[in-house]
Amino acid sequence: MKTYRPDKEGLYRQEFEHGSCGIGFVAHLKGKKSHSIISKGLDILKNMTHRGAEGADSKTGDGAGVMIQVPRDFYLIQGYSLPPEGQFGTGLVFLPRDLNDAEKCTEIFLRIIGEEGVDIIGFRDVPRNNSTIGEIARSVEPDIRQILLSADISQDDLERKLYIIRKRTEKAIRNSEIRQKHFFYIPSLSTKVLVYKGMLTSIQLEEYFSDLKDERLQSAIALVHSRFSTNTFPSWDLAQPFRVLGHNGEINTIKGNRFWMEARESILKSDKLGDLERIYPIIEPEKSDSASLDNVLEFLLMSGKSLPFAMSILIPESINLKNPISPELRDFYHYHSTFMEPWDGPASLIFSDGRYIGGMLDRNGLRPSRYVITNNDLIVMGSETGVQLFAPDEIREKGRLKPGKMLLVDTVDGKVLYDQELKTKLANDFPYGKWIGKNMVKLEEIETGQIVSPDLGKLHQKYITTFNYSFEDIERIIREMAATGKEPIGSMGNDVPVAVLSVKPYRLFNYFKQMFAQVTNPPIDPIREELVMTLSGYLGSLQQNLLDESPDHVKMVRFRNPVISNTYFEIVRNLRYKGFSAATLPLHFDVREGAEGLKAAVDQLCSDAEKAVDEGKNYIVLSDRGIDENKAPVPSLLAVSAVHHHLIEKRKRMQIDIVVESAEPREVMHFALLFGYGASIINPYMSFAIIDKLVRDKAIQLDYQKAEENYVNSINKGILKIMSKMGISTLRSYRSSQIFEAVGIHPDVINKYFAGTISRIGGIGIDEITEEVLIPHRKAFEEEPQSEILTEGVYAFRKHGEKHAWNPETISLLQWSTRTGDREKFREYSRQADSDTVSPMFIRGLLRFRKNPIPVDEVESSDKIMKRFVTGAMSYGSISREAHETIAIAMNRIGGRSNTGEGGEDPERFKPLPNGDSVRSAIKQVASGRFGVTTEYLVNADEIQIKIAQGAKPGEGGQLPGHKIDKIIARTRYSIPGITLISPPPHHDIYSIEDLAQLIFDLKNVNPEARISVKLVSASGVGTIAAGVTKAGADLITISGYEGGTGASPSSSIKHAGIPLEIGLAETQQTLVMNNLRKRVILQADGQLKTARDIVIAALLGAEEYGFSTSALIVLGCVMMRKCHLNTCPVGVATQNPELRKRFHGKADNLVTFFRFLADGVRELLAEMGFRSMDEIIGRLDLLEHNPEVNHWKTKNLDLSEMLRLPAEAAKNDMHCIERQQDKLSSVLDLDLINEAGKAIAEKKPVLIERCIKNTDRTTGAMLSGRIAKLYGSAGLPDGTIKCKFKGSAGQSFGAFLVHGIELYLEGDSNDYLGKGLSGGRIIVVPPAGSTFDSDKNIIIGNTVLYGATSGESYISGVAGERFGVRNSGAIAVVEGVGNHCCEYMTGGRVVVLGSTGSNFAAGMSGGVAYVLNDKGNFDYYCNMGMVELSLVEDLSDIDELKDLVTKHYNYTDSKKAKMILDDFNKFLPIFIKVIPYDYKKVLQEQKLEELKRKIANVEIDIEINAT
Amino acid sequence: MGDITGFLKVKRKEAGNRLINERICDHSEVEQVLNSEDRMLQASRCMDCGIPFCHWSCPVDNLIPEWNDLLFKGEWKAAYERLNATNNFPEFTGRICPASCEHACVLNIGQEPVTIRENEVAIVERAFSEGYIRPVLPTSRSGKNVAIVGSGPAGLAAADLLNKAGHSVTLFEKDEKPGGLLRLGIPDFKLSKAIIDRRVNLLVKEGLMIRTNTQVGRDIPAKELVSQFDAVCIAIGSGHPRDLEIEGRQLNGIHFAMEFLSNQNRINSGFIRSDGNKISAENKKVLVIGGGDTGSDCVGTAIRQKASSVTQIEILPRPPLERTPDNPWPYFGKVLKTTTSHEEGCERIWSQSTLRFNGEDNYVKWVEVEDVIWESTDGKYSFKPVPGTRRMIEADFIILALGFVHPVLDGLLSELEAELDGRKNIKVDGSQMTSIQKVFAAGDSVSGASLVVNAIASGRKAAKEIDRFLRHS
Repeated sequence: MKTYRPDKEGLYRQEFEHGSCGIGFVAHLKGKKSHSIISKGLDILKNMTHRGAEGADSKTGDGAGVMIQVPRDFYLIQGYSLPPEGQFGTGLVFLPRDLNDAEKCTEIFLRIIGEEGVDIIGFRDVPRNNSTIGEIARSVEPDIRQILLSADISQDDLERKLYIIRKRTEKAIRNSEIRQKHFFYIPSLSTKVLVYKGMLTSIQLEEYFSDLKDERLQSAIALVHSRFSTNTFPSWDLAQPFRVLGHNGEINTIKGNRFWMEARESILKSDKLGDLERIYPIIEPEKSDSASLDNVLEFLLMSGKSLPFAMSILIPESINLKNPISPELRDFYHYHSTFMEPWDGPASLIFSDGRYIGGMLDRNGLRPSRYVITNNDLIVMGSETGVQLFAPDEIREKGRLKPGKMLLVDTVDGKVLYDQELKTKLANDFPYGKWIGKNMVKLEEIETGQIVSPDLGKLHQKYITTFNYSFEDIERIIREMAATGKEPIGSMGNDVPVAVLSVKPYRLFNYFKQMFAQVTNPPIDPIREELVMTLSGYLGSLQQNLLDESPDHVKMVRFRNPVISNTYFEIVRNLRYKGFSAATLPLHFDVREGAEGLKAAVDQLCSDAEKAVDEGKNYIVLSDRGIDENKAPVPSLLAVSAVHHHLIEKRKRMQIDIVVESAEPREVMHFALLFGYGASIINPYMSFAIIDKLVRDKAIQLDYQKAEENYVNSINKGILKIMSKMGISTLRSYRSSQIFEAVGIHPDVINKYFAGTISRIGGIGIDEITEEVLIPHRKAFEEEPQSEILTEGVYAFRKHGEKHAWNPETISLLQWSTRTGDREKFREYSRQADSDTVSPMFIRGLLRFRKNPIPVDEVESSDKIMKRFVTGAMSYGSISREAHETIAIAMNRIGGRSNTGEGGEDPERFKPLPNGDSVRSAIKQVASGRFGVTTEYLVNADEIQIKIAQGAKPGEGGQLPGHKIDKIIARTRYSIPGITLISPPPHHDIYSIEDLAQLIFDLKNVNPEARISVKLVSASGVGTIAAGVTKAGADLITISGYEGGTGASPSSSIKHAGIPLEIGLAETQQTLVMNNLRKRVILQADGQLKTARDIVIAALLGAEEYGFSTSALIVLGCVMMRKCHLNTCPVGVATQNPELRKRFHGKADNLVTFFRFLADGVRELLAEMGFRSMDEIIGRLDLLEHNPEVNHWKTKNLDLSEMLRLPAEAAKNDMHCIERQQDKLSSVLDLDLINEAGKAIAEKKPVLIERCIKNTDRTTGAMLSGRIAKLYGSAGLPDGTIKCKFKGSAGQSFGAFLVHGIELYLEGDSNDYLGKGLSGGRIIVVPPAGSTFDSDKNIIIGNTVLYGATSGESYISGVAGERFGVRNSGAIAVVEGVGNHCCEYMTGGRVVVLGSTGSNFAAGMSGGVAYVLNDKGNFDYYCNMGMVELSLVEDLSDIDELKDLVTKHYNYTDSKKAKMILDDFNKFLPIFIKVIPYDYKKVLQEQKLEELKRKIANVEIDIEINAT
Repeated sequence: MGDITGFLKVKRKEAGNRLINERICDHSEVEQVLNSEDRMLQASRCMDCGIPFCHWSCPVDNLIPEWNDLLFKGEWKAAYERLNATNNFPEFTGRICPASCEHACVLNIGQEPVTIRENEVAIVERAFSEGYIRPVLPTSRSGKNVAIVGSGPAGLAAADLLNKAGHSVTLFEKDEKPGGLLRLGIPDFKLSKAIIDRRVNLLVKEGLMIRTNTQVGRDIPAKELVSQFDAVCIAIGSGHPRDLEIEGRQLNGIHFAMEFLSNQNRINSGFIRSDGNKISAENKKVLVIGGGDTGSDCVGTAIRQKASSVTQIEILPRPPLERTPDNPWPYFGKVLKTTTSHEEGCERIWSQSTLRFNGEDNYVKWVEVEDVIWESTDGKYSFKPVPGTRRMIEADFIILALGFVHPVLDGLLSELEAELDGRKNIKVDGSQMTSIQKVFAAGDSVSGASLVVNAIASGRKAAKEIDRFLRHS
């Protein structure tokens, strides 16, 4: 008997799972019940099938469900005798399949029902048909019964009783010994709503629960949900909706939210619910993030809060100044933010309590939510438009949810309640503003007469040594930040060992790695979208009941920045405001007692902290000042986390804040960790002392105040960046969210001090942690003082510093051997590199494989092995043309594949060279910036790689500085020379796994022959994500180690984000094999691969292809300058400077030699191991073992057994890829279009095609365009050759990659991603004939329109969603209204908005021009002025251009608004605003000037000619 | 760090040398100095490489990018501190080091390395002139005493570090003044002896005790030293020259290089008077046998002594002008090196085997040589004569600059019965200790004849080991 999800197996952890989904609801505004509401709801599900996912058996769904009103009549008809409405409740119950166990569960359930005084009417057998469900679903299918209950009390009281019964029963069964207790689950138990759900596909839901097809089942609401989980072990209970809500998205701060809720339980009181201990924990353990949110929401409702209130405090909208909300509402949010941290992350939510039904979006609004209200009082809301079709004249209103906004329908009063109305009421419930004004004080505004000097005087050098400050810490980190206000940038990855593998002592901080969003939720752009982000927080009184509202709640100190100066720290320490008091606890332990002393000190800290709570202190100051020869510092991170977890366990955490005064934190990562484990405020006094000294020594030419400010700003920016990588917007919710993975810490330490942190390979214990503190301490106090500070060589090689894998020996030997073709030298290189690896430097150095030799000539050829080699994604732009093309030639020669990187490719390169070589890159990358991603580019690929993350900076965007962009690079990127290009952190068309599936689908349409690959970075949970990606249809997945990467990136990201390749690769292999998904996808690995041994180990860990970047560049001359970002590469590799490019001497032959030597080496190793082909060893974790001979003082407790565990399923499931993914292209509308347009394509004869279209017709036009681009390149067909007219609601990606010569005309509406990658085609969208609504007020197309468009036109007679024209680099668009972030990151083209805009218009816009009709006169409020200037349209050529575009819009769409403007153009002209980026303007002027000069020159020539 | 585009804007500029006609008339230093602005500009060319190959190739691990950056910024004092962190005597290495750092400099891929050596000497000279370098006395004395035998670069470096670590150090020198080969081997035109005096004076002010004209093993029994001191460090150099035992070797007019060079140095320093004691090449036809640095020094010295002609022969073939594929960057480039002495007028002949000396009246007049050809079999090079190339070179002043074979074994070493290695150098363990407890050794006497910078590195290492030994004994 198979159980539910495995808890833990190998490197897999249940908590890695992510879900995301299609959601929607249908309701009758006036509460009229009918069966058609339910069937309409189910239709929504079916129309969003593409948003769900299927498991390995292609039948098992990830989960689907529906919530309806309790259908009392349905049971009456069936003969049940029921009490009146309101005194009767019901719900499905999932029970164990074992009858005995089911009986036991039922017994407990019935007992508790009895105890609560509720009567049991009886059980109902729920008719079910499991014949169509998948094998996997069936194997874990519970028994399902329905219970009917009643009590003679008010409906509200009964509702609460049922809640208490459910909570108590859940707890009792959870705590029981019943073997199959994990089956037990109650989807809902209510007088108001009833949930049907299971591990089903959308289509299976009504087949399985035949009630749902019964006409007698009626409801006025139907709330539906279909799930796409990355997770590999979906289960019945995790299907949605839950008791109140359905969630599409992801709660990124879930760990912190759960901790805080748990901590809060001790201070909650509810009159309505009585003794809360009975129902605790509020959050059911081991459920999904969405389920936890539902738990809390339900709790708030049950304790008497309203739905809008509860939603508003859990997922508050941003209260930044650009959000136009009332001061009262701002105060409401502000007030509640003091005691409820946001549940932060992308969220589209729908919810209902049976009477009210509604939806809302989180502050960033990254998930689509569209609605339609009809004249017949129906409302339909869903992730997509077109999920329900209505005749145009039936539609009263079309709309979308906006970021942070809510919509609610009251089915009793028959009203639609809009956001403003709902929130105005909330805001006016209490005088929140007054309360805040009276009780809250701002730290920055407290006056102090005393300035506290940062100077440590004589102690300075002692502290430097004790806290192990290196020359690099001071020079490269602190000085740089203090002098420039920016975090230092590095290049070329991280080739030093992870902390646990280094023999040198490290700070405990270094054992942790940042986690980051990939695929399942988007990172945020902390610069361009800073509006939604904040670091502010509160200090002080938190011991207030969340269920209560009073002025006392806000007796606290508010701070804007959490990193504070000595002066402000003294204020905090001595604050007596409103009776505040603090306890200072020293972070010291007795040197003589060693590890025991450290343990005792931490225990003491914990108990002292508890005492501080008991004494009513408001915060604890943890301070490591005052060290001496006997007192060594307790690592600050250890102390913070230990105290934090201790207080949570003791239920005392809510009552007190943790404040840190420490010499330890110096770089961004350190601060992030302290906050991430619970600190509220940090005073890094040693950094300040160092800055002070640097200023006094004149090493920083600023005054101290400015230098300190710079440093703090850099730290702040860095923290925002780290938060944004995970998609988290506020430090309040980041605090204690523990978004880190430990690498190399023993589970004992984790369990005791860092509960909940992932740490999967064991590692250092408290003894080693102590030693790492004591080594520098001894140096400071026992040994002869050293005057000079050592350079540790962590950032740049130093001889006696940290080891680097790329060092003078390995580099020179590699270059020497590949240039001369000297095999013996290559052996020497390999020996050197391998011996560095096992010194140990990488985790693979700890591994060895078993040997069983056979003759080498029995092994498959090197030529075959070389086909598995690829080079990494390094763009032309980041590296020189010479380097880029040399790599391509070499890879084409050996049958491997090179990668364009993010930057397009000159079409010239698609043609073979005369000598037979080819400079075409076989892999075309599609990254978030979409630079140069045209249809022609895509059809010229053998593989299209979607870059989700890169090793050097996972979760971050990028920037190609203007000085690196010359004419040719600009041409391939469809940009303008000299203008900086920004790659956004997320793909704006991938906010979730189902979005990725959509992009994969898009790309397969464009180029059905190419493999689609997805590049991920090693991190905990990458295996689960890979499973989701496989389900999304990817053919190949690249797992990049954090250590690799050549790109420029902040140092803290290079060092601290992501984890080593080996762990991520093994986890991916294990997870995919366990789910039998491995057979469908190829795995590729990269990350500091250097030798044949590295390749073989990567193969054994699961990879069948191998990526090389750094090593390839070194062969071509790279000497690891690590100055790629400065354009000064002295060997012509990573530079665009023509002088420096002349210094490039790399040869394709050298690279071919390198790969041949590598492949030969692999053959030799295969022979040694006794295998004849690579395929035989892939994923054979069982052939690897932990080599006990490789060790030193810190590695002795490493435990690689989980990493090397071969899953049991390996016995039957395939271990490498054996089949090709099904592409699901056989039913696309384009096949029909291609058929119809056959002649038009072949002979360029015009054709008109008319079709109906629905939302399940996705990516229309892309396949057709791919065909044309293949034949005619970017020129496409003559304008207007193929015209298609559609009626209906188009699916996602309508007109994606449309090429020149095709015109799509859509009458109706369309979903997200319209015109994605538009490459010359024309898209026209108009409202259906007969529409009664105004086009400029109603939404007609979805979010993220024209993303990455390079040319073409679109005319939209209606309003678009968020991010219209994002990353447009050349298309022309006219639209009648837009949401937030319009023209974001735009680099070219024209956008005309004939209506209102959302906020953050033009953020990151570096090129192109927008014209906006500013009829409300407030456009400047909505515009992000960071890079653009606004002006009136006065230039004659501008006026002509604008008028021409509006005229075209009118001609194509017949828009009323356009007509109105054209009819009186001179009246409207003055209210148009021109938006133009500064840089772009400058470049345009220069171009004009040059043009003028050329004209003058021509005239002169003419004159001369005429003269002679 | 620094000016990231410095190397693009500024060309390598060497300070250059005094004019030949002028410099050959005296024994003063040949190399000139650059003004401060140019020097800082030269430093701006340093790229602060992710892997500073210069630093890697430097025997004393000079933190070259760090002090180049500080020099570029004009932070001379900080630059000196960073330089001094790894190198006791940058004023020596900055003058006479063959600068493997510059060979390994990334800019040397394009044959335009940073002027690292000149930057080094500029920093230290500025530090002296600005008074940044002042005697630093140890805060406390350990009560341990150390004897160091030999005051060449190895002995001086060890003495300096041990003294700074608080031990009482006595340096024994057999000659008139400390410095070893720095003083007596290297001509003044490369390293002015005032430079050595300046450093030695500083060390004395810091508490170092020096006993000159004291040869251990002759003037003081070696065993006495061992019994009286807590530790002893032997740094006596590799003093035994390689001889050429061929027909006619007994003729007058044939000198070992070191006799010749030290004689001139002694005269320059006033230790001896030139009249009567001078080994003079004046008006002689000089033949220097041996093409190395010492040979070159002999060339320059002979020219200054107004030799009528100077010829230098070498048995090895002439090195290539550019690197060959099997001698790539960043390794030391084995290419033809033309020193300032060569420029001053000297014929150089390669692939010459010396067969015999021929003379008149017991005085050498002719040297018979023949061409050889080098071949490689199994990676081993060997030479054979080219038939029919024998000829006589007219020369009445022969200098044997054939290198050194091992330390002088008589006296100190034989008295102590210190264990030797296969090449008769002193055998030491990983902590630089000889076969005799508490007796350490450093420099050429351990490694065989090598560079000054290697001797300093070895002396530093020995000092650290001796310090550790003393702390734990």
